[in-house]
Parts: sequence; structure tokens; C-alpha cells
Amino acid sequence: MTLETKQVSFSISDERILHEVSVQIKEKQFVGLIGPNGSGKSTLLKNMYRLLKPESGTVLLNEQDILKQSSKSIAKNLAVVSQETPVVFDFTVHDLVSMGRTPHKKLFELDQERDFQIVKNALDQTGIAHLEKRSFSSLSGGEKKRVMVARALAQQAQMLILDEPTNHLDIQHQLQLMDLIQTLHLTVVAAIHDLNIAAMYCDQIYVLQQGRIVNFGTPEEVLTPTLLQDVFGVYADIQTHPLTGKPYLTYVSEQFTKKALKTT
Amino acid sequence: MNKKIMLLSMTLLLVLIISMTIAIMVGSVSVTPIHVWKVILSKIPIVQNSIEQDWSRSQEIIIWQIRVPRVLLAAIVGAGLAIAGAAIQALVRNSIAEPYILGISSGATVGATAVIILGAFSFLGVYALSVSAFIGSLTAMALVFFLARVGGRVSVFRLLLSGMAVSFILSAISNFILMTSKQEGGMKAVMYWMLGSLAGAKWSNLLIPTVIFIVVFALLWLHYRSLNLLLLGEEAAVTLGVNLQQFRIQLILLVSLLTGVLVAVSGSIGFVGLIIPHIVRLIVGSNHKYVIPISALFGAIFLVWADALARIIIAPEEMPIGIITAFCGGPFFIWLLRRNNYSFGEGD
Repeated sequence: MTLETKQVSFSISDERILHEVSVQIKEKQFVGLIGPNGSGKSTLLKNMYRLLKPESGTVLLNEQDILKQSSKSIAKNLAVVSQETPVVFDFTVHDLVSMGRTPHKKLFELDQERDFQIVKNALDQTGIAHLEKRSFSSLSGGEKKRVMVARALAQQAQMLILDEPTNHLDIQHQLQLMDLIQTLHLTVVAAIHDLNIAAMYCDQIYVLQQGRIVNFGTPEEVLTPTLLQDVFGVYADIQTHPLTGKPYLTYVSEQFTKKALKTT
Repeated sequence: MNKKIMLLSMTLLLVLIISMTIAIMVGSVSVTPIHVWKVILSKIPIVQNSIEQDWSRSQEIIIWQIRVPRVLLAAIVGAGLAIAGAAIQALVRNSIAEPYILGISSGATVGATAVIILGAFSFLGVYALSVSAFIGSLTAMALVFFLARVGGRVSVFRLLLSGMAVSFILSAISNFILMTSKQEGGMKAVMYWMLGSLAGAKWSNLLIPTVIFIVVFALLWLHYRSLNLLLLGEEAAVTLGVNLQQFRIQLILLVSLLTGVLVAVSGSIGFVGLIIPHIVRLIVGSNHKYVIPISALFGAIFLVWADALARIIIAPEEMPIGIITAFCGGPFFIWLLRRNNYSFGEGD
């Protein structure tokens, strides 16, 4: 499963949100999108999963224009965990996760044993099997997030789009979730807020700033003090972590950098 | 289907059959349940030969020509309004929605008023009222639908607002016709019609509502997955492969057709489409796989009883059924409103 955007532009009421953005996600890659608030990460993802239609440019899923594929066939290949967690009416966790089977079902088809098994696995993998019978609206933010991930897993798509998947999760569950996604060996593209998480899990990182791709490459190539200063406006100390072997960032606020300057 | 729901459906079905039997028994002339079933069975080929006729001709007419079609119509209208309500609440993701928000009842009222007061469509004879009400409701629905469409997309918000606007205008037209009319009797007739009544039930006008109900019910039930996704919103529906625009349009057409047909035969009976889906969600949750069939059963039972009450409460006169449904529905809704663990779909 591959995904590619070719010069995708998008505006909301005359304001350009994306400027000819081209990204390429190759088979089984874990690709991160990073960038400050309002840089267009979510908008780019929404263009990728067809919630928004690019003003110009194309999105290719498996080298085919997504606008020319049926919604159902896209949904079989592409699962999404968006930032929104819907809270409407009263669905149980099991009901919601089962909805992930929708694209695989024909109109007259009932859930089979196989579907129940898939749903059960998804619940187990995300560690929410004990919540199965609970009502979705009674869950905490982190639990809701895991239900949404479980639903995406039940969809059994080869490609996963995640919009800030670790939002609302405590540290343990952040790492658990990212580990889980990594072990699934799917093609993944994720907007990630936490740069250390991005550094740990991503094969490739694209950096968005004001709707443009300003840099891309491996975490080591992308995460440099200059880039962090230019794009995020922060000074960061970057080390290679002895255990992960990945870049590790420590942000240092102005008050300390000034102090350091004075003493030298 | 899970066991609990299965048991519930069976129980409700049994309750419905018993309720219908009782509803056939009561009235100005009461009949025994044995007679009710004997008369019914005597009309069914094959079994009819084994039934010994021990009832009078007038009993047969009361049971078979008057009460059976009426009780059947009550069940169909109740079931139909309930599933239409459940579907429309999913469509607009709003729990105060009901089948009439698409302007259907006000459109039908204009049609009915035109027939009763102005004598329109008189060439259609006894069918004038139904036909005219149906034309009225379809016109209103088409207008609302047209207004809600922007660039080929139906916006739910616009749908609600244009439904309101069209309703206002159409009510003004009905009221205008009423106010300029000199006939006292006509006004009462229109009033009766607006509050709903099943008094016009006949075998001949049962066929169309029944067929339409069965078709719409089957389609809604088959699409339970898509209905569920509607509740989750646009984003979830898109990512799970449902073509939302197309589905919304189909849904509006189905619900309008069903509601239009029902309103044409029974007037605009309020509260059923609003309240029944709520009761059902309280019991079985929001999954439409269960909400649709259970709503149909609940709606049918509710309206069969409401109609039975309407017939006996101020006998020999008949109470408009809308008064009964509002009287039972209103307090129940308030009770629901005061329960703090029922979400009404607004989230936390």
C-alpha cells in the first residue's frame, strides 16, 4: 500500500492552507508529519482520506487517484484515526469497534464469526477488551482514543492514517499505542505533535510550515537545532539516546538560554 | 441478533397481538376474543373450513369490516412513524427531530384543508382527502429538499431550517383558508384532521400504507450500518466507506414517502415519531440493527392502545388520537428529560 500527494493545494475561504504539497509514503513505511499548530497537518491528512477535496493536485492511493475510487474500496485499504472523537447517542464499545467491519460487509450480510473474531482481536490488541460492554460516552479521553484505534484495526486496512494518535493518552499508553502500531507492519502516516515520539517511531519525517513542506528525511536528518529554531521557534539540545539510538530532544526555554549566554 | 434482543422482540410481538385483539374487542359493541379470532381465521383460506360459524352477521361486520382494518392501520401508522422518527433523528443527528420536521405534516394539512373547506379534488370522491394530503406532503418535502441542497450537497442544518420555514408558510396558507371560510363544520373537520384520526380505516386504504411501510422498513433495516455511521458523523462515515451524500438523499426520500403516505390516511399524529425512538434507545442502545425493528413494534403497540382509548374515552364520540398521544407522550418526555443518565445524543 502506498500513498502519494502530488502538488496538493487547499484553501478555506480564500485562505491558502496547503501550498502544492507533495509527499510520498512508500510500502510499510512509518511516516510522520510534524509542524507547529496551524501548519496544515490535519488538513493534509483530511485531503489524503478524502474528507476534503484538493483544490488542485491529486492524491494517489496505490498509484490511483482516490477521487476515482469508490468510498468502499478506499475504506478497505485505508483506515483513519482522526482527532475527533464523536460522542453521539449511546453506542457500546463493542458496537463502535464492530463498525470497522462496515466496508467489508455487503448490504444483506450479517456479522459472521470471523467478524466477531476480528473485533475481539482489535479489542485485545488495544487493551480495551474489559470495556467491551461499556457505553462509549462513559469512557475517559484516552479510552475513547483507544476505541477509535481498535475500530481502525477492525477495518483491517493495509494503510493507517493517524491524526495525533497520542493526544489525550498518558505516557504509558502513548508508548503502548505507538509500539502496537509499529508492530502491525502497516503503511502508516501520522501527524505527530511530540517530536521525541516522532523521532522514535518514524522512518521518514515531513516538516510542514505554513502549508508548505520545508524539509523531509530520516529523523536524524530532519531534527536539527536549526530546523527547530526556524520552524518551531525553540532552542533544542539534541542528543542520540543511548537506548533507542534515536535523536532525543530537550527543549530549552529562552530564560535558560539567556542565562547560559550571560555566564559564558 | 443477540439473545436478549431476540427475547424482547418476541415479547413485544406477543404484546402487540394481544393489544390488537383487545383493541378489536372494545367499542360501542363489545365482542369476545374468541369471536375476534374466529372471524379473522374464517377469512383465511385453508383454515377457514375448520371454523364453525357461531356469530351474527352484524358481529362479523363490526369485527371484519370496521375494527380489524382500523387496528391494523393503527399498528402500521404507529410502526411507520416510529421508524421514520428513528431514521430522521439519525439523519440530522439531533434527538428532537421527528418525521414532520421536513414540512410533511404542514404540507398535508394544506392539502386536507383545501379538500375539506374548498372542496378541491372532488372528482376523486372518497379518496380526495388522502390524495390531496399526499400531494401536499410531497410538495412540501420537495420544496424543503430543494432549499437544503447547496451545490449538490444536502446540508443537515439547512434541512432543519428550511423545514421550519416551509412549515410556517404552509401553516399560514392553511390558516388563511380556514379563516376566510364561513363553514363552522369545515373548521372542526380540519381540526380533527390535524389532530389525527384512524376513523377512516378501510380495507381499501390499507394496502398502500402497508406496502410502503414494509418496503421502507426493510430498506432502513438493511442499511443499519449506514444509519449507525450517520450518528457518528461525516468523518467516520467517509473513512468507513459510506457515501454520505447519496445515503442522506435516499434516506430523506424514503422517510418522506413513508410519512406522506401515513399522514394522508391518518392525519398528522404527533409525538409517536419523536418519543418511540427515545424509549427504544433507552432499552437497546443506539445500534440501528435493534432500534429499527424494536421501534416498529413499540410504535405499533403504542398507537393501537392510543386509538383504542380514542374510541372509548368519550364514547360515543371519538377523541382525536393526537390528543391522546400528546397526553401520554408529553409527561413521558419530561420524565426522560429529568433522567440524568440519558444523553439525548448531546455527548457529555
